[in-house]
Amino acid sequence: MTVTEPKPSYKYVGTRPVRHDGLEKVTGRARFAADLNMSGQLHGIVVRSPHAHARIVSIDTSEAEAMPGVKAVITGDDFPAVEPGHRQYDMCINVIARDKVFYEGHALAAVAASTRDQAQAAAAAVKVEYEVLPAVLTIDQALAADAPVLHAHMMTAGANPPAEEPSNISNITRFSGGELDAGFAEADLVIEREFTTQPVHQGYIEPHACVADTGQDGHTTIWCSSQGHFNVRSSTATLLGWENTRIRVIPAEIGGGFGGKTTIYLEPLAVALSAKAGRPVKMVMTRDEVFRATGPAPGTKLRIKLGVKRDGTLVAGDAYLIYTNGAYAGPGGLLGAMTVFESYKIPNFEIEALDVVINTARSAAYRAPAAPLTAYAMETMLDEIAEELGIDPIDFRIQNAVTEGDPSTMGFPFARIGFVECLEAVRDHPNYKAPLGPNQGRGIAAGYWFNIGESSSATVNLNEDGTATVVTGSPDIGGSRASMALMAAEELGIDVYDIRPVVGDTEAVGFTDVTEGSRATFATGMAVVEACRRMVVELRGRAAKMMGVEVDDIDWVDGQAVYTGSDGDKAPLSVAEITAKAKRTGGPLTATGSLEAHGAGPGFAVHVCDLEVDPETGVVRVVRYTASQDAGTAIHPSYVEGQIQGGVAQGVGWALNEEYIYDSDGVMENPSFLDYRVPVASDLPMIDAIIVEVPNPAHPYGVRGVGETGIVPPIPAVANAIYGATGCRIRDLPMSPIRVLDAITSNGGSNGA
Amino acid sequence: MSRVHVTCTINGDPAEFLCDGGQTLLDALRDEVGLTGAKEGCGTGDCGACSIVMDGRLLCSCLVLAPEAEGTTISTVEGMASGDDLHPLQQCFLEGAALQCGVCTPGFLVAAKALLDRNPEPTETEIRYGLAGNLCRCTGYDKIVRAVQAAATQITATNES
Ligand code: FES
Ligand code: FES
Repeated sequence: MTVTEPKPSYKYVGTRPVRHDGLEKVTGRARFAADLNMSGQLHGIVVRSPHAHARIVSIDTSEAEAMPGVKAVITGDDFPAVEPGHRQYDMCINVIARDKVFYEGHALAAVAASTRDQAQAAAAAVKVEYEVLPAVLTIDQALAADAPVLHAHMMTAGANPPAEEPSNISNITRFSGGELDAGFAEADLVIEREFTTQPVHQGYIEPHACVADTGQDGHTTIWCSSQGHFNVRSSTATLLGWENTRIRVIPAEIGGGFGGKTTIYLEPLAVALSAKAGRPVKMVMTRDEVFRATGPAPGTKLRIKLGVKRDGTLVAGDAYLIYTNGAYAGPGGLLGAMTVFESYKIPNFEIEALDVVINTARSAAYRAPAAPLTAYAMETMLDEIAEELGIDPIDFRIQNAVTEGDPSTMGFPFARIGFVECLEAVRDHPNYKAPLGPNQGRGIAAGYWFNIGESSSATVNLNEDGTATVVTGSPDIGGSRASMALMAAEELGIDVYDIRPVVGDTEAVGFTDVTEGSRATFATGMAVVEACRRMVVELRGRAAKMMGVEVDDIDWVDGQAVYTGSDGDKAPLSVAEITAKAKRTGGPLTATGSLEAHGAGPGFAVHVCDLEVDPETGVVRVVRYTASQDAGTAIHPSYVEGQIQGGVAQGVGWALNEEYIYDSDGVMENPSFLDYRVPVASDLPMIDAIIVEVPNPAHPYGVRGVGETGIVPPIPAVANAIYGATGCRIRDLPMSPIRVLDAITSNGGSNGA
Repeated sequence: MSRVHVTCTINGDPAEFLCDGGQTLLDALRDEVGLTGAKEGCGTGDCGACSIVMDGRLLCSCLVLAPEAEGTTISTVEGMASGDDLHPLQQCFLEGAALQCGVCTPGFLVAAKALLDRNPEPTETEIRYGLAGNLCRCTGYDKIVRAVQAAATQITATNES
């Protein structure tokens, strides 16, 4: 179902062609990174720390090196030294530890051998002497006065007065507006609540994998699965101390990322092993390694206080947010601060956000990083307030929702946005009125993500037969090739199936940032449109030559050069007719677009969740789910719906099941899909996606990114629905059966203040 | 270590390969036979990305030792289409946008075919439980379930006509 504002009628944009890379993916022929094999390749295995926090006293690789089949062993000493203050210091010492390991699973050496078994045996024979240090595993431990300090150089950024001693707080962010005390003084109702959440993993089904082939000339080629191969190149170059030109990165198909593949883990190790052994090296993580050493999204402690007038006007908000980013500085708190109050007009506010380091894996982006957690807190509190004031929760949100011109937390006015439209779409959907059965509850919640632009490049090549190849630098995680082809088809007037969208390697297309921040269809799409528009200028010029007329008298209409001058009738020329004569009119037809995209329109979403709680077991079953989201313009509606539905499933998993569990030494206890349970098909109902289209004024087709916002509302929507079903407010994630049951049996549990 | 010689039938054709005694069938299919359609998402039987059918049974090939394939008949995603003709499930997955990253897709297709072979007209609930051994992190399952429903309808209609 789609809710649309009037918009230009398009021939291709907004249709649902079969994706161009679909056939390979349904026949098993698509090549993901682990599917690639090179002649003479070795297998690389990482040696990882069993301790959450330890000093590396010594590493003895001699026994490993002497084992059968072993061709290379590397440690941190094989890479240039890095000092604190280096631009990518954290990334460098995360990929391979130097003097300390900071979490269980931290890589500290790697081995390449002829077979995987040999490499594994040799990895086990690498002797590491550790001086085990006390581990910091929770926010409270990290902030304790006598806490062991992870990084001796970590002086809190943003501290006021400036920090004089190192601590585990990497960063403090403060935003404010209006007069907080005066705001609360105006309020008729003030509530304050605290929340805790645990780290969760992105859970992409494809483990990280790569193959690196380093030649005698000191150049290397890397095939890998990532969200951005240019970033793989630059990060690998940084770690190795190489120039970018020595590294070519060829993107394999990517089996999911959700933010977790915006950084690197294996590639520099594979390159270094390959350089040492003089052979290609393939490295593939196990699921256990993926859980222990990659990804998670931050855990948090959040405290929020809101003030509201009797008529439902929000007047004051005070937020204190603490995010763990694993063992290194990270942006969780900053992003939390940027999202917590962003969706609502709150004239008086203060936000303080802390980023804290603990001895767990370095956190990575996960779809709308930080926002699902601030939404969990805010949207459940808004629900409480709406109930207390006797206002319908959607009407309450509409009353306070930001609209065009309202200032954001950082002070910039919003451009045209579709928040209210999303709220109305859910209010008017049958799900919002559907009857509920016994033990069932309904929750609604909203979500926001700002989306980003960044750099993108595209090249359009017209082929001799009038078909086109569109090359971009954005890996296709979920159908973006089809979106690129649709926009190019619309611009050029060529059938969408006559366009071949290709993801080019680092030597085949201009620089393109990582596919993150919901930017591919927005920003890379803009680059495609720019390239196509240049191509149309060129096509008109060629047609003018062929017709012997002035270019100003040629219009581009529906894929044809049409003569509009007064010198009689001339037959229009199709793309194929023009390309057929290209040799005589100026040579091959090629055009590029490269840009820094601005104006990624913020995305809003509103979800309604109906669920049933088993009062005997505390098990929660989602029975009905509807999600509206502003896509600006949906280029390929099926994949917009898919992004929304996928976000919902991940958010429901986060709400109900998912969490990292560590023992008291900081060893992860649930590093498998058996014990870290993500939703399966039988856990979910159909998810009705409502695409709202309030065009983004900054994009030629009105696109807003859609990849992330969908994961923001589910946690509070589920929490609000659990309240509806049980009368219990649960403020700690996950809302697992045991927690729900506890809440029910303790007669309200954490319900109330 | 001497390698084990295995003779079996894969996707209708006789096949032979050498493997290590401790190698999984998934690794043997991918590394020895060169069929990389089945994926390793976990290696512990929890994700279904490695689904294959062996002697009529849907299995996680990461949980089967390669030598156990001796004398068996195996089908993988590579055997689903006949020539240029996609299996209705493959066609419905494409038309229904039931894949995003596509890494889970081979496993889902194999598992869905096994389901429809056994139960040609499954209810939504039967589809959801029938595919509960396969993880997809991208789609939220909605479009996968709909694609299986569409394929079931199509197959039943073809069989009746
Ligand atoms: S790889 Fe076999 S079930 Fe996951
Ligand atoms: S489509 Fe990506 S895991 Fe299913």
